[in-house]
Amino acid sequence: MAEKAQGGVFFLALPGRAFGRVLSELGGTFLFFLQAVALMFAGWGQFAKTVRQVYFIGVQSVTVIALIGLFTGMVMGMQLYYALSVFGADGFLGTGVALSMVRELAPVLTAIMLTGRAGSAMTAEIGVMRISEQIDALTIMDINPMRYLVAPKMAACLISFPILTAFFNLIALWGGWLTGVKLLGANEGVYWSRVQGSLDWSDIEGGFIKSLVFAVLVCTICCFEGYNTHTRSGHAGPEGVSQSTTSAVVKSCVVVLAADYILTSLLW
Amino acid sequence: MGNAPSIRLEGLSIGYGSTVVARNLDIEFPGGKLSMVVGGSGSGKSTLLKHILKLQPTKEGRVFIGGHDMSGLSAREQRCIRQRTGVLFQDGALLGSLRLGDNIALPLREHTRLTEGEIMRIVNDRLAMVGLDHAANLFPNELSGGMRKRAGLARALVMDPQVLFCDEPTSGLDPVMSAELDQLMLEMMCQFDMTMVVVTHDLRSMHALADFVVVLGDERCLFQGTIEDLDATKDPYLRRFLDRSAGERATSRLTLPPISQDKMKLDCADILGAKATGRKDGRCSN
Repeated sequence: MAEKAQGGVFFLALPGRAFGRVLSELGGTFLFFLQAVALMFAGWGQFAKTVRQVYFIGVQSVTVIALIGLFTGMVMGMQLYYALSVFGADGFLGTGVALSMVRELAPVLTAIMLTGRAGSAMTAEIGVMRISEQIDALTIMDINPMRYLVAPKMAACLISFPILTAFFNLIALWGGWLTGVKLLGANEGVYWSRVQGSLDWSDIEGGFIKSLVFAVLVCTICCFEGYNTHTRSGHAGPEGVSQSTTSAVVKSCVVVLAADYILTSLLW
Repeated sequence: MGNAPSIRLEGLSIGYGSTVVARNLDIEFPGGKLSMVVGGSGSGKSTLLKHILKLQPTKEGRVFIGGHDMSGLSAREQRCIRQRTGVLFQDGALLGSLRLGDNIALPLREHTRLTEGEIMRIVNDRLAMVGLDHAANLFPNELSGGMRKRAGLARALVMDPQVLFCDEPTSGLDPVMSAELDQLMLEMMCQFDMTMVVVTHDLRSMHALADFVVVLGDERCLFQGTIEDLDATKDPYLRRFLDRSAGERATSRLTLPPISQDKMKLDCADILGAKATGRKDGRCSN
């Protein structure tokens, strides 16, 4: 009887313990984010480090963002043209491409691409520094690793994500024009006037708000995973870094998509 | 001489996670001397260093540096002690994204108001001290293991520390390089007035350098005292450790015969010859 009761307690304790772990990790991640934001403005020394990170996260991602934007715009232009022309509404092609890109696809796809390109690199870099005692060395030299490593990355993400999202929008609109107008024969003047007419400031503002939120989420998750590589039970060393990187990319993508749904519900 | 602080551990228990590696350590590393911590693998030598340096949370007990209880210090006081503490990590722990010169200049740029010219003069001086004056523009991955350790030592010394910790400085180095690094540490010891605590496996280094020795093992401190006292000890574990003897052992630890050729997926007998079943010469009489 007592054994049965013990089994029941264990059965109840199991999800409780898992929930506690999740809650503790969420709390840890939030404190990590607050610390990074607070240290973003800790002295002029941060400026040079932030510029270097903007170059890595932003400038070096321009090509991949341009390619993704171009092909996404081209596909949207083609699919929407086929769908709209069934109802004789191909004049609304510009509206469809512009709204879907500016409100949804540009911020989401930019965030996901940057997670794959820059976020994984951030996790791996910080994770390797953790296992090779470089972060301990910073601590011993009385250099706050959060200020030295994480804060410049956070600032760079907050600068790069909205700019790259805007760049994605431009290229994608051009891609939609390329297939819809040049390839399939929609009217060029109507396309551009619909693009201009259908977008108002709240759409553009919403897209930028999303990209800023995604920047915070991606940077916090990726840096947090790398920073805590050594706490992974049973996966220390290089395996721990690979596990952290995988976990950071998966968590970032899921969280970006979930946050996108919540933000869309709140913004429009 | 005389200003270098002593380091005292009171009832310190060390470990990681839920594992305790050593309990109730009461040790005093004398100020201005070179102390060495030795012991078998897994006895907690490097973990002890991490606990003294507050890189791992203390399970139990207290650490005093220069008479100051590290757990009772304000954030500012802890920072002051950190800035006067140098650490040579096992693999140097140089920042991979910075050139060697920038690695060594980093603490000076962060914590002093020196001009760039003055910083470079100190960096060049420290690099020359460890024989790496030609390597300031190299990245850490372009350096050999010995060079990385010497560079780590240069960085540890750049803020003129009063306490220097070294984690296995000679591990992975050839005997010549080890002797050079020992000589270098001795010179540093004579040049700077500081307390040095060196974790090592290298008994030759210990005999060459140590003023004071701590031996860890069996989850406790087995010995602390001078090298002469250690050499004179009759304790069987310490004697075995010092004489590098493997202790009494049964005839063989291998209870299974070698894997026979017909069980191997790839038949290499035509290239390497058939695998012998064992050697029967003077060294392998068992």
